Amino acid sequence: MLTILFDGVAYGMLLFVLASGLAVTLGLMNFVNLAHGSFAMAGGYITVVLVNRLGVPFFASLPLAFLASAIIGFVFERTLYVHVYRKSHLDQVLFTIGLVFMSVAAVDYVMGSSQVFVQVPGYLQGQFDFFGVGIGRYRLLIIVICGLLTVALQFILARTRFGSRLRAAVDDSRVARGLGINVNWIFSLTFAFGSGLAGLGGALGVEILGLDPSFPLKFMIYFLIVVTVGGTSSITGPFLASLVLGIGDVAGKYYVPTLGSFVIYTIMIVVLIWRPQGLFSRTASR
Amino acid sequence: MTPPPAAIRAATEWLSARARWHPLEIVFWIAAFAAIYLFPDRHLILTEIAWLGLFALSLDLILGYAGIISLGHAAFFGFGAYTAALLAKHEIINEPVLALLVAGVAAMALGFVTSFLVLRGSDLTRLMVTLGIALLLRELANKFGWLTGGADGLQGVAVKPVLGMFRFDMFGHTGYVYSLSVLFILFLISRRLVNSPFGLSLLSVKGNPLRSSAIGISVDARLIAIYTVAAGYAGIAGALLAQTTSFASLEVFSFDRSADLLLVLIIGGAGYLYGGLIGAIIFKFMQDYLSALTPQYWPFWIGLVLVVIVLVGRDRITSWTAPARRIAGRLDWRAAARRAAASSIEGHRQ
Repeated sequence: MLTILFDGVAYGMLLFVLASGLAVTLGLMNFVNLAHGSFAMAGGYITVVLVNRLGVPFFASLPLAFLASAIIGFVFERTLYVHVYRKSHLDQVLFTIGLVFMSVAAVDYVMGSSQVFVQVPGYLQGQFDFFGVGIGRYRLLIIVICGLLTVALQFILARTRFGSRLRAAVDDSRVARGLGINVNWIFSLTFAFGSGLAGLGGALGVEILGLDPSFPLKFMIYFLIVVTVGGTSSITGPFLASLVLGIGDVAGKYYVPTLGSFVIYTIMIVVLIWRPQGLFSRTASR
Repeated sequence: MTPPPAAIRAATEWLSARARWHPLEIVFWIAAFAAIYLFPDRHLILTEIAWLGLFALSLDLILGYAGIISLGHAAFFGFGAYTAALLAKHEIINEPVLALLVAGVAAMALGFVTSFLVLRGSDLTRLMVTLGIALLLRELANKFGWLTGGADGLQGVAVKPVLGMFRFDMFGHTGYVYSLSVLFILFLISRRLVNSPFGLSLLSVKGNPLRSSAIGISVDARLIAIYTVAAGYAGIAGALLAQTTSFASLEVFSFDRSADLLLVLIIGGAGYLYGGLIGAIIFKFMQDYLSALTPQYWPFWIGLVLVVIVLVGRDRITSWTAPARRIAGRLDWRAAARRAAASSIEGHRQ
């Protein structure tokens, strides 16, 4: 019982790191980026190549995955995404779906279509018993890393100058521009950072979620659920939504395996009907 | 205050001029039916084009005329496909045309129920809800393996002859004539629909829902109606696929199918009914060519086409065809009457 809760929390935290970048993109530029999972996949494959082929230690590969995905995200944002911000939602959807298809086929071409694994160091494998609760070492690591990241994110958003500028831009980008805040630049940095986080999440997730070229398609719906259910106006919303989703998914698959992902899709649709702006949205009060 | 009778007459004239057949439309359908005799060895791919065109036509009804973005239109397609396949497999309804109608009605029922879910919220919410519904159905079809065959697909479907006379053959001759006839009939209905006052009110809802409701159009009712009709169309398209291939698999619900469908409609252009049909022709031949070239990686090129279309701009692509459309306009000997009617409406508006 508690083990399931623990696994669910780990899964949810991972989802949060994967999806948090998307929340900012959507909230800041009102941009529907279905290709977010492609950056996560990039991070995952970079880790696999670094660890398995080049023999880089697992822990050293994580920051590299973050950095590489962030750079890829930055380059894509500056060269391609900037042209699409002002277009309609339909155009954004088409554009990012196109990117997803391209990334899926390109990775398939380069890395092959089979699922890949990463060699996790031996001391991270297996479980240990903690007052009768089986705790996976690797999952504990994920909770620690993602927990630290969440605290750091919250700190950056709430306490730093960059964070306050970002929040200003999210709340009302026109006024923020009027105050002399370079919204475009903030957005580029945030996009790169979000892509980096997605890459890191992808790297951490290879062991748990599995990694193959269809990753962006498979998990697109999960990222979107986190963002739409959690709302885009704060970071706590997506965080809580990820935890609920993670626990719900793990528990659902454990207790009612016949229903599978049915549970979370139903929850998502019900929530969207009930609160179209997301469960933890502030927009209702404005 | 009632409008002067002259204005009413001008408006009805304008409406009927709008609904008049353009010569190129007639050429298009003659070509489609001539393909029965001209390309007997390409009937399999032509059949695919026919149901894909119908499917895209269905999306055009909600996207091009009502402005609803859907990422899960495959839900209705798949629902229709499974309905038709199950009806044929368990020999509940042996006549394909009747089974087709039942599948369409079933999909319409599903569309009616889910239409209430897409009424609310923004574009993003609609994307999520439509995508969620398609995934939900896929999951259901996967889990109810005893009924649907699960991941292996529904095998052993034997479709009986159409109207009890025309047997489906492996070269797709019957299949093409059958699909094309269904497509043509449904196209006529949709053409009537969008050129009616109802169709015009849909366009106004697409343009501005708030103002539309201010002039007395019940926005929700229109959206529910067109969504239901479009769902029925998609269901019939799926049923055509199931009947002509005697097979239904989970793939009918896949996200790729919904995404490809958007591409089909965008290639042809949304909002004039023929976009989906033309897009289906281009898409199928492109897919045929590319998948022969690189069997595994052709999604890459599909993705590239999508990205390029968006970066270049959809409006600009349609403006490239402007000269062709000007020539087409000159071909139409009745266009002058239409213009006159339109200008007299303008006159009454002053």
